[in-house]
Amino acid sequence: MGMTPSGARDTIMTEPIRITPPLIDADVERLRAGDKVLITGVIYTARDAAHKRLIELIEKGEKLPIELKGQIIYYVGPTPAKPGQAIGSAGPTTSGRMDAYTPRLLELGLKGMVGKGGRSKEVIEAIKKYRCVYMAAVGGAAALIARSIRKADIVAYEDLGPEAIRRLEVVDFPAIVANDVHGGDLFAQGVEKYRRVS
Amino acid sequence: MRKIKASDITDKVRDLCISAAYDLEEDVAAALKAACVREASPLGKEVLGQIVENFEIARRESLPMCQDTGIAVFFVEVGREVELDGSLEDAINEGVRRGYRDGYLRKSVCHPLKRVNTGDNTPAIIHTSIVEGDRLRIKIAPKGAGGENMSRLKMLKPAEGVPGIKKFVVESISEAGGNPCPPIVVGVGIGGSFEKCAMLAKKALLRPVGSANQDAELDALEKELLDMVNGLGIGPMGFGGTTTALAVHIETYPCHIASLPVALNIQCHADRHKEAVI
Repeated sequence: MGMTPSGARDTIMTEPIRITPPLIDADVERLRAGDKVLITGVIYTARDAAHKRLIELIEKGEKLPIELKGQIIYYVGPTPAKPGQAIGSAGPTTSGRMDAYTPRLLELGLKGMVGKGGRSKEVIEAIKKYRCVYMAAVGGAAALIARSIRKADIVAYEDLGPEAIRRLEVVDFPAIVANDVHGGDLFAQGVEKYRRVS
Repeated sequence: MRKIKASDITDKVRDLCISAAYDLEEDVAAALKAACVREASPLGKEVLGQIVENFEIARRESLPMCQDTGIAVFFVEVGREVELDGSLEDAINEGVRRGYRDGYLRKSVCHPLKRVNTGDNTPAIIHTSIVEGDRLRIKIAPKGAGGENMSRLKMLKPAEGVPGIKKFVVESISEAGGNPCPPIVVGVGIGGSFEKCAMLAKKALLRPVGSANQDAELDALEKELLDMVNGLGIGPMGFGGTTTALAVHIETYPCHIASLPVALNIQCHADRHKEAVI
């Protein structure tokens, strides 16, 4: 398969690649920017406030409330579940707000992240260095995405409400590889292809 | 004078909060469906297809279309012959409290520095104006942070003129990339003062998507800007494509001879707005 200068595949994979955490290097090394992915298994939620607390614990050398090794963090703050629902609407939030915290978590073994929007240069470098993958979900498609989440339990920071860390059990959770270990960048590739103004 | 009960305002606001979150207005829905047909990128088309499927699920199953049900922003027009039996602000905030609780909407409002959640999505942002008549018109436009965080304001030099405005708008949207959940709606405020300009940009977003600007010159500028923005190639969710924006809306106001304020308020594709008249 051909590669564009930005390292992403130049054609769209029609068949999604299935992944299940915990992930190892080989799992993420086969993923390329632009690949469609279906995640099944356990993933964890964390956004701004939870990231801040995790980093504070790391700096103090204390134990984290979740195991990071091989895991995937989904940047989301869901709506409250209605009676009978596993979770409310649950689309991705802007990943860039987590950039300041991310390299530290990757260093400790986090293997995957799901969110929306681009990442900083530092995060993109850390993704290559620590063999990780950043995947994008469709922002705003929150009711649709929630269908792939079968169970949600708060495992830390309940006081943070929508920002609490949740353990999610997902089946065929849809995402697209945005930044891969090979330096592929879906955002850069997309703009490069369709940009017609300087 | 016509008497309006504060409790009626509360009830109406509660319902507006919920319906705004569940039921995307037809102007935006139609624009998204049209974009899905037009989009050149296969991946972009697929993303737009998911966006359409999502708001249809939300409508059908009474669910929030997006988990970011926003900070509740209101534009209220109070007829000068209206007499209220209580505080307008309190009535609206109570409606927000009930709407976000009863509709299972996310409470996304916190202290700016302590970052402690207020727990009930209040206080709302309320803009009030006094108009002729004996009615009360309430418009709600709940605003998520994705688009709001990418919004910008700049005090240009008058010499920069229209080219400066175009440059500011296009560069700001280029920097925003996929963050504000494109396809976006772009509200541009030109003129006024620092704060007036931001209000103009916000108000521009309330105009129905697909409607023309009443001013022919501004209508032409809107179309030109829309073409420039879509030429950036950002596309749906920033994955690349020909649909970065659904519309550009401009509002203007006279300004100081030494100033040329320009504000850009970005709205994500979940362009939620509802209106009620009491």
